[in-house]
Amino acid sequence: MFRTALRNVLAHKARLLMTVLAVMLGVAFVSGTLVFTDTLGNALRNQSAKSYDDVAVAVTTYADQRDEKTPGITAATLKKIQGLDGVDTATGRVSGFAGVADPDGKLIGNGWSNTGGNYSPGKNGKDSAYTFVDGTGPVAADRIALDKETAKRGEYQVGDRVRVATNGPVKEYTLSGVFTTEDGAVNAGGSLVLFDAEVAQKLYLRPGVFQDANVSAAPGVSAEKLLAEVKPLLPKGADAKTGQALADEQAEQIESGLSGLSTMLLAFAGIALFVGVFLIANTFTMLVAQRTKELALMRAVGASRRQVKRSVLIEAAVVGLIASVVGFAIGLGLAVGLRSAMSLLGGKIPAGPLVVSPTAVVAAFAVGVLITVLAAWLPARRAAKIPPVAAMSSVHATATVKSLVLRNSIGAVLTLLGAAGIVAGASRGGSSGRTVIAAGAFLALVGVIVLIPLLSRPVIALVRPLLKRLFGVSGKLAAQNAVRNPRRTGATASALAIGLTLVTGISVLGVTLGQAVDRMTTDNIKADYMVTMASGDPLDKSALAALEKADGVSAVSPQQATSLRVKDEYHSASAVTPGEVQKIFAITTLSGSLDSLGKGEIAVAEKTAKSNGWKTGDTLRVQFDDDKNGELKVGAVFEDNEFLSSVLMPKNIADQHGSLADIREVWLKMDGGATKANEQALVDALGDNPAMSIMDRQDIRDMFGGSVNLAMNIMYGLLAMALIIAVLGVVNTLAMSVFERQQEIGMLRAIGLDRRRVKRMIRLEAVVISLFGAVVGVALGMFLGWAIGQTLSSEIPNYVLVIPWDRIAVFLVLAGIVGVLAALWPARSAAKLNMLTAIKTE
Amino acid sequence: MTTTSTAPSVTTVAARATDLSKVYGEGETRVTALDRVTVDFPRGEFTAIMGPSGSGKSTLMHCVAGLDSFSSGSVRIGDTELGSLKDKQLTQLRRDKIGFIFQAFNLLPTLTAQENITLPMDIAGRKPDAEWVRRVIDMVGLADRLNHRPTELSGGQQQRVAVARALASQPEIIFGDEPTGNLDSRSGAEVLGFLRNSVRELGQTVVMVTHDPAAASYADRVIFLADGRIVDQMLDPTADGVLDRMKAFDAKGRTS
Repeated sequence: MFRTALRNVLAHKARLLMTVLAVMLGVAFVSGTLVFTDTLGNALRNQSAKSYDDVAVAVTTYADQRDEKTPGITAATLKKIQGLDGVDTATGRVSGFAGVADPDGKLIGNGWSNTGGNYSPGKNGKDSAYTFVDGTGPVAADRIALDKETAKRGEYQVGDRVRVATNGPVKEYTLSGVFTTEDGAVNAGGSLVLFDAEVAQKLYLRPGVFQDANVSAAPGVSAEKLLAEVKPLLPKGADAKTGQALADEQAEQIESGLSGLSTMLLAFAGIALFVGVFLIANTFTMLVAQRTKELALMRAVGASRRQVKRSVLIEAAVVGLIASVVGFAIGLGLAVGLRSAMSLLGGKIPAGPLVVSPTAVVAAFAVGVLITVLAAWLPARRAAKIPPVAAMSSVHATATVKSLVLRNSIGAVLTLLGAAGIVAGASRGGSSGRTVIAAGAFLALVGVIVLIPLLSRPVIALVRPLLKRLFGVSGKLAAQNAVRNPRRTGATASALAIGLTLVTGISVLGVTLGQAVDRMTTDNIKADYMVTMASGDPLDKSALAALEKADGVSAVSPQQATSLRVKDEYHSASAVTPGEVQKIFAITTLSGSLDSLGKGEIAVAEKTAKSNGWKTGDTLRVQFDDDKNGELKVGAVFEDNEFLSSVLMPKNIADQHGSLADIREVWLKMDGGATKANEQALVDALGDNPAMSIMDRQDIRDMFGGSVNLAMNIMYGLLAMALIIAVLGVVNTLAMSVFERQQEIGMLRAIGLDRRRVKRMIRLEAVVISLFGAVVGVALGMFLGWAIGQTLSSEIPNYVLVIPWDRIAVFLVLAGIVGVLAALWPARSAAKLNMLTAIKTE
Repeated sequence: MTTTSTAPSVTTVAARATDLSKVYGEGETRVTALDRVTVDFPRGEFTAIMGPSGSGKSTLMHCVAGLDSFSSGSVRIGDTELGSLKDKQLTQLRRDKIGFIFQAFNLLPTLTAQENITLPMDIAGRKPDAEWVRRVIDMVGLADRLNHRPTELSGGQQQRVAVARALASQPEIIFGDEPTGNLDSRSGAEVLGFLRNSVRELGQTVVMVTHDPAAASYADRVIFLADGRIVDQMLDPTADGVLDRMKAFDAKGRTS
């Protein structure tokens, strides 16, 4: 039996080609994902282990620059630690944001990865964490050192003057040296500025105090022993761990981050493989149908049903295995390619060997072989049912009416249940509604797949007159050929439909969300500019003062993060400038007036007011950030605004109480709106600070909308694999059709159908099948997009469903082109058929 | 011993092969399928081509019908010389001037009988001559089966559809490749009767390859091929006469 199966695989090489390709792509996707994430994880773990190589014990404190009372690590503490037996060196560390300007004044790096720290030479006159490749460490107040990559990007040489922005104003320093380091953030592409220790303490904490300390052990001293000795010396609130423990912690974080990535990638690989199942099933159905006589003969000479079934399954397993081998090799290539692609895109990935774990190998092969065998299961069962007498007759066993009736009833029930679930989920809303929709979508998708063969006849009959009119006899024959084998057409169209359902659903949601974001910015904001720190840190008070005085500013207000405690419950609040805030945001007051802010009263957003039972005129007993108690009157209730906190309070009150009040952002309205001159005025007012980001309304829209677009594009990219496999399915089906209809095509050629029109006939058949699948997918996708959008509508103000007709038109046109391309090879082989042999074949 | 009929004028000949040769392969595997065959198929005549298997009878028909290329010589259908035609022109010639009937019926299963019959005109984009088509359909007795699909028809009925398809476009000449090969004798006799009637009553020209002496007896003339050459012909053949002639081949085959 095994030998027969093997022979069969070899005999049908060409016809199995598409199947092998489909399985191969799926396996490549799976193994590529696994190998890539393993490799990345390994490299990152090595990286983090290396950065703690020299650290036996790491001490951290919660010292805060804005709160003098929080204890840090003083010189005295450090000295005590240094004095311990078994301590080699103890180095204090303090760090924060430091942005480096390139010669054009623009920030190097992306804000949140720009750090600054201290250079603290030890006994040997060197800071062991940094290796200087040029110059020396900064040991004077106006000196800094830069990591190598940042120095290169800014084209800075030792001795150059470099502008560095920290949370305060920009300052110029002289570059004393360029270094390399094992620091993870730097290796991931961030910038690092080293200051003299005293300067760094002043910038990031307070003079003479460090935030953290790294302790290295003398040879032969265990980290645990050191940890026990260090702990008693530390101030209250400090935390100490061994370097190993920290490295492990980081490794764990990396692990969980990567497992999220690999789960997402594997989900898309799963979709691709699912689509592949249809192609594989089609192929084996055809192979079994063609071999009916042969299989019946085997039965006639004594093979059991089980043996026949097993021979088909073995054949599938062999195909799956071959495809898996090739797919795995491609997956390795994919992993390597992905790594270089990511570093090309600026995400620096630490170097490391390619890691091929046994799990990855087993998973890839199991997936490849199992999917193929599973997909061949039904055809194999059908093969086993062939009666021995079929060897004698030339009639193929055709599907009985009963099974089609059963199939259609099951499909109809599933589709209806699914659709009902989707509608129910949509009306229910929220995340529980989305779960119901997901279940409904799955049922509906399966139902439609089951029903698709039934649907194919009426739908394609609808376009037949059009095809006939446009393309004459080729069009008419193509439309009829497309529905000749409804199961096969259905399976082929299903593969495309699944891909397009997802693509359309994502497009509907993405475009709807994108436009909601657009509306949100235009409807809610009147300001021309928003100023923030690129690092996401709060702005310095001096920046707000500078902006208030800038040329052309007509209104300005910060949003300062603060909080109010009412009845033991914290409410986050924004401190704003009274009288200015309503010029900057479009605020609809429901009761009271925002002018009340000027009288020291607060304004509350509608939802918060409702849930707490606050009304205009109420007086609340509150506790401020500094734990002082007071009373505040609610002066206004306003409609919720996406850009505003739910409680607004006058800036002067917050300033009296909150040393912690962060200036998250400053909003400005300027005479003449957003113009180049106005933007320059702001840049000048801020002292040309590279760490400040000045966004106009378009930038704000892009910031929020951009992530929606990016997510949409990533998903398109990941679904491309499923679509490619679906296209292979169309190629496969067409190739089968041409193969089976050789005689017919030969006859058509003999009685006068020229090659061009034979090709056109095949091409049109492909286009009809592709478009049929695309239309089903687009319809289902729009339905799903509507349903999921419906559940989001309560979370998005003024939600409006947007159907991106332009995109959908593009998808349909692409589906048509896919059909034409998929038919290239089958159409050519049909046109090249030798008429005489074709006519003679029985 | 090639038998050449005295050449009638061009207008009375539907197809003519002159010195037609067809060679397959090269060197040692070289096979001569047709060896300088010259033959006329006069207009309005029913010709049967016979010969033992491997004699080249099918090859002769395929070459004359423009289905296969030939190595040397010339073939004319009406006034058109086939040797110089490209595939596209050949296709057009087959479409407009030639009708085919195959052993395996070769109907399109997706089309009804009516649609199968008018398929060549559909391909040509011509409107069928309704009067003529009805006459043909009446002759083959398919009037009540026109909306059936091939799978709903018997073998004999299917071949009658094929005959009607060949006749419907009023071609210069009809070629049949073992048209009764897949039929029982009664259905076969019916189809042959139609072919003979189409020659007698409609003035059609028919050339048929067969190995069945009874089928050949319906023809006006039988041409015998052996080893790629025409070795004999028989006018107004009878089944017995053809059978005897064929037996002579067998005897010769056995003794040589």
